[in-house]
Amino acid sequence: MKGKKKKAVLALADGSIFQGEAIGADGETGGEVVFNTSMSGYQEILTDPSYAFQILTFTCPHIGNVGVNDEDVESARVQVAGLIVRQFSGHYANFRARSSLGDYLRQNNIVGISGIDTRALVLHLRNYGAQMGVISTADCSAGELVDKARALPSMEGLDLAKDVSTDRAYDWRQGVWRPHEGYRTFPDEELNGRPLCVAFDYGVKYNILRLLVEHGFRVRVVPAQTSVDDVLRMSPDALFLSNGPGDPAAVKYGVEAVRKLIGKIPIFGICLGHQILGLALGAPTYKLKFGHRGGNHPVRNELTGFVEITVQNHGFATVASKMPQGVELTHLNLNDQTVEGLRLKEAGAFSVQYHPESSPGPSDARYLFREFRELVESWRTGR
Amino acid sequence: MPRRTDIKSILLIGSGPIVIGQACEFDYSGTQAVKALKEEGYRVILVNSNPATIMTDQNLADRTYIEPITCEFVTRVIEKERPDALLPTIGGQTGLNVTLELAEAGVLEKYSVELIGASVEAIKAAEDREKFKEVVAKCGLESARSRIASTMPQARATAAYLGFPLIIRPSRTLGGTGSAIVYGAAEFEDKVRWGFECSPIHEVLLEESLIGWKEIELEIMRDRRNNAVVVCGIENIDPMGLHTGDSVTVAPVQTLTDKEYQRLRDGALTLMGAIGVDTGGSNVQFAVDPKTGRQIVIEMNPRVSRSSALASKATGFPIAKIAAKLAAGYSLDELPNDITKKTPASFEPSIDYVVVKIPRFTFEKFEGADRTLGTQMKSVGEAMAIGRTFCEALQKACRSLETDRDGLLGGPESRETNIAALKEKAAALNPSRIFQIARLLELGSSPEEIYSLAGYDPWFAGEMRRIVEMEAEIRAAGLDALDDFALLTAKRLGCSDRRLARLLEVDEALVRSRRHAAGIRPAFKTVDTCAAEFSSDTPYMYSTYERDSDAEPTARKKIIILGGGPNRIGQGLEFDYCCVHAAFALREAGFETIMVNCNPETVSTDYDTSDRLYFEPLTLEDVLEIVHRENPWGVIVQYGGQTPLRLAEALQEQGVPIIGTSPAAIDLTEDRRKFSDLLDRVGLRQSESGTAATGEEAAAVAERIGFPLLVRPSFVLGGRAMAIIHNHQELNKYIQESVSVSFDRPVLLDRFLDNATEVDVDAVCDGTDVVVAGVVEHIELAGVHSGDSAFMLPAQSLGLGIIAEIERATRALALACNVEGLMNVQFAICNRELYVLEVNPRASRSVPFVSKVTGVPWAKVAARVMAGETLRELDTLGTYGKVLAFAQYSAAAARIPYVAVKESVFPFAKFRGVDTVLGPEMRSTGEVMGVGDTAAGGFYRAQVAAGTSLPLGGTAFLSVRDADKDGAVLLAKKLNKLGFKLVGTRGTAAYLSKRGVEIEEINKVRDGSPHIVDRLLSGGIDMVINTPEGTGPLLDSRSIRSTATELALPLFTTLAAAVSAVEAIEQLKRGKKFEVRPIQEYLSLIAISN
Repeated sequence: MKGKKKKAVLALADGSIFQGEAIGADGETGGEVVFNTSMSGYQEILTDPSYAFQILTFTCPHIGNVGVNDEDVESARVQVAGLIVRQFSGHYANFRARSSLGDYLRQNNIVGISGIDTRALVLHLRNYGAQMGVISTADCSAGELVDKARALPSMEGLDLAKDVSTDRAYDWRQGVWRPHEGYRTFPDEELNGRPLCVAFDYGVKYNILRLLVEHGFRVRVVPAQTSVDDVLRMSPDALFLSNGPGDPAAVKYGVEAVRKLIGKIPIFGICLGHQILGLALGAPTYKLKFGHRGGNHPVRNELTGFVEITVQNHGFATVASKMPQGVELTHLNLNDQTVEGLRLKEAGAFSVQYHPESSPGPSDARYLFREFRELVESWRTGR
Repeated sequence: MPRRTDIKSILLIGSGPIVIGQACEFDYSGTQAVKALKEEGYRVILVNSNPATIMTDQNLADRTYIEPITCEFVTRVIEKERPDALLPTIGGQTGLNVTLELAEAGVLEKYSVELIGASVEAIKAAEDREKFKEVVAKCGLESARSRIASTMPQARATAAYLGFPLIIRPSRTLGGTGSAIVYGAAEFEDKVRWGFECSPIHEVLLEESLIGWKEIELEIMRDRRNNAVVVCGIENIDPMGLHTGDSVTVAPVQTLTDKEYQRLRDGALTLMGAIGVDTGGSNVQFAVDPKTGRQIVIEMNPRVSRSSALASKATGFPIAKIAAKLAAGYSLDELPNDITKKTPASFEPSIDYVVVKIPRFTFEKFEGADRTLGTQMKSVGEAMAIGRTFCEALQKACRSLETDRDGLLGGPESRETNIAALKEKAAALNPSRIFQIARLLELGSSPEEIYSLAGYDPWFAGEMRRIVEMEAEIRAAGLDALDDFALLTAKRLGCSDRRLARLLEVDEALVRSRRHAAGIRPAFKTVDTCAAEFSSDTPYMYSTYERDSDAEPTARKKIIILGGGPNRIGQGLEFDYCCVHAAFALREAGFETIMVNCNPETVSTDYDTSDRLYFEPLTLEDVLEIVHRENPWGVIVQYGGQTPLRLAEALQEQGVPIIGTSPAAIDLTEDRRKFSDLLDRVGLRQSESGTAATGEEAAAVAERIGFPLLVRPSFVLGGRAMAIIHNHQELNKYIQESVSVSFDRPVLLDRFLDNATEVDVDAVCDGTDVVVAGVVEHIELAGVHSGDSAFMLPAQSLGLGIIAEIERATRALALACNVEGLMNVQFAICNRELYVLEVNPRASRSVPFVSKVTGVPWAKVAARVMAGETLRELDTLGTYGKVLAFAQYSAAAARIPYVAVKESVFPFAKFRGVDTVLGPEMRSTGEVMGVGDTAAGGFYRAQVAAGTSLPLGGTAFLSVRDADKDGAVLLAKKLNKLGFKLVGTRGTAAYLSKRGVEIEEINKVRDGSPHIVDRLLSGGIDMVINTPEGTGPLLDSRSIRSTATELALPLFTTLAAAVSAVEAIEQLKRGKKFEVRPIQEYLSLIAISN
């Protein structure tokens, strides 16, 4: 046992130190240390661009059990800055698996740590708030690592969307995953003639795009900083604002663009896209103490009274008490009464803080894609 | 949607006696449901025939009917109480079945009783296999290919269509009774026939085999607004083919990707809606093909279940409690999460630990039973363990089983070195399979080989191999070279000190001190439903080897109660009842109460029961670590049965403050010689006895005191390995075989008192005063284990003189043994002389029954006594009634104007080919109680509750011993008058016909055919009254009794029982309706407490 495994250290900006074993690539990584309480879907989570510049702690102790495969990805690469687990599985088994999580991390050059008391870490983050941290597999002093963690920029005021966004616009053709079939790529002849949805990519998860295609849209993904004129030139029937990392208030160009587009075309926003829509409507955002990350948060649809079990991944939220005139609070988080959804009905704009596309997590809120499609349809026929 | 105000009273139906497949998890869920509905202000009416439950405590429901759970009796309850609603989903299959009967009989409609929770249509859609498959298909889900058959030709045709192997599932049975896997045509017809027999509607389902597929179960909740959540996913390590109750299971699901898991979740929720379960909990079982991911729906239970109890304990989400509130009209988001109190119940628990459940078998009790497992459940209990990793939880679960295992490895399998032989064993479904597989890994098999051999997912086998590797390193290192890191690694993999001691070939204490010196102690973390995302105040704890602990101990005065571990025959619900009562009573007395137990089915492991719950194995190491952390004022070991008692001495040596009767006093009653001296001192008689460590010694003892002998190893519970021996040959056989049962303790031999009346006495002593809680009279053949025997309270055939003598003897014994707390004494009355059979200074199996009948919670009284209060103080306090009135028991008992009868139920239907004759080895799984104004009334209800129906006519067989012949005359004449034809063996028939009884003589078996057993088998007998002369194995009576049991005929082995039965028949024939009456009403008739 001893000596076989390489050591790693996690240092937090407040001076806390956790000793463990290295997993993934050798080296050092820094970012905001956060935790996710999902019990399945680590590959989807690791590839979610919203985790950029974050070191992710899994509360689920065993990670790596089912290996990794070519299908369960939400972007082109691993996005987390690093990962922290209680018990990393070197061995794996699943009929779809292609390789081990360890190899995958090494290929993606991701540093991680295993074997630490993750529950103690989570309690610490819960009590003192999410904070910057560094994982290192190099042999350096704890004090040095704490200093490095302290030197990292705060998440507040950080625009990460532009970093993870696509460089150039592209069309999306893939539908959702189906058992025994996998993904289907929609041929052009099937997509032509469909209403066009332009999706601002602030760090979009693939599954959102897949669901848009499944719901009858032709989808064009555009860079975060695409100008309003460029968008309008595409004559879109719908606008989608994606999820993404960082502080929404720092995505000023996005807020500006959305402000100009509100009322012109139906808009649907998810997560960061929701916050940006809120900001554009005049609802400010703030940083949560340790955020919401997991697959079990109850959200009540205030229009229907129905409770959805939702997938969450956000460190910022829209201020509930400062809803601008005419903006309805449509969804409420039942755990802490934070804003989970809003809409400006006459403008055909709505958004949710959580992730109706799930992947991973419960699919309770998939109806929102259908509602978006219906909204777009009513705008088209109404004109 | 707040609670409904249009209904005021709700009827709940419990699950009745503990049977395999339906155990104390229904006491847990039932108790939760009663409490939850009362909290909401409803009038709760309960029917449950099981007296050993917390749910039937007099102060829990408003009206508690300890009556048979049959359509007839429940109808009477409905007639009397006129409840507005019936919640049918908390009493297991029994509750559902009776509800369906009530609905079909039109009772619900007639009395306008609304079904809440699940409608008749929903229950039928889930229960009826054909309908269920239709619904599954409608939901876009897949079922296994199958067809129903109710005739053999249909079955044959279906087999031709499906091919082998295939599965047989009889319709509407419990715990998979009669289910089987058929591998080929040779065994097919026999198993189909058996399936027909087991099904109450003579129907079986034949199904495509999914053997080897992953088996996953989801526990789901739904409210009236269609909000639905998955509480927990449970994965079976053992793949499909083994009943989930007999499988080792893990939560959360470990080997599925999210895409696979979400499909199961979506499917389960869609299905629950489509079946039409309005509100409450259900579970859906799936099979998942590990090679392709194909998913098949196996079944759904539209009610709380064994696995919902497990899921509740595994997650901290109280399914039954929430289900009850949902049935009352609330929606999930209106109810708080029970653990965090701040967040709502409309969420899905996230758990940051691993839970392993492992089944407990008791095949040693059923010699000759087929140990092959399959789709019919055969385990009698289970242990659950929590750890931060799978390995830790698995190893803790293994040592929780109390089968003398220290962990996954090192059990009896470790002696096996022949890989081929081991593989052959492990390929078959059997109770030790996981240990055989662990041994194979130790011998070098790879996880992939294990997968192809047994279908274990390679991930599980791979984790198990980590334990193997760790142990090899420990062994190689030795204690001196063992570094702290390796020691910590071993502990983190769940390795017990005892296992380490074996590996290092040193004393366990040495390992412990080495570990403590290195500062390696467990951390204690909480089960909080949310993976630490929110704060919670509920201290539901488990140990793990981690850096930090969660909930620090308080500075209050605390008492730790050690529970009973997994259910097994001889140690079940009764002991859990006592532990729960101790927790309640001591909380009432102002102590902080701390429960330690590892049985997920129980009320004791409900985190509401005590102030703090440690879900931990009951081993010395685990208990010592908790004691170290909590520093209790006292520890109670005498309530959880043999499990904690076994630890008593070692705990005391470590300075643990054990309260109540001291371990030394316990030892006094177990040590034959000391005990004999004590009896001499107090002037009490015991049958002649001796002890023997070898066969020669035993033979000598036998020569001295003569046969028959009652023989047993010392320190046993539930009559383990106890036998009545009639000759030297049997004695030799016993000595040879029992050595392995208990090698380091001698064998005890007593002269067996044939023809005696046996009596169980429960008493409480505070060192000064003694109160006798109850003197129960066995109405079963002497020599039948008291746990198996039917008995009555108050005693009916004992004179006041003998009762007074029993009272005096009990008092003398309690004081002489320095009992502080509960004591149970078994007496035999033989030729009007009183003999002491045994004394147990601890909680006994009859305590709940006696408490229910007398209305005094004796376990609570005794717990307060153990914590330092006197009986006089408690009497003055009055919380538990005028307990001192029982100092004059005979006077107190005389004021009980009704008779309660306990009857036992047996699992013989699950174990074909087993000898069904009752003896000194306990084999019943549960009990029922019947109460009536007369012995006949109580007896009748107990019989009905136990599933025996008394015949109103036909043929009765009589064979009675000489001592009973006089009494039998009256009985036989009465039977004649009632229109029964009588047949009797020569002696009985001659004696009776001489006295004017019409009786036909029939051959004994040894007289040759046609004899009585032939007649029984041909269906010519409706009732058997057999009070045999002695208990010899070669006697005819034995084959008569075993045949009667197999045929499920009413069988009475004492005159007292027969007289009660015949009286009941007489009353029934006169058209008497046995009225129902709640226990509260019965108790109000006792004048004692005024």
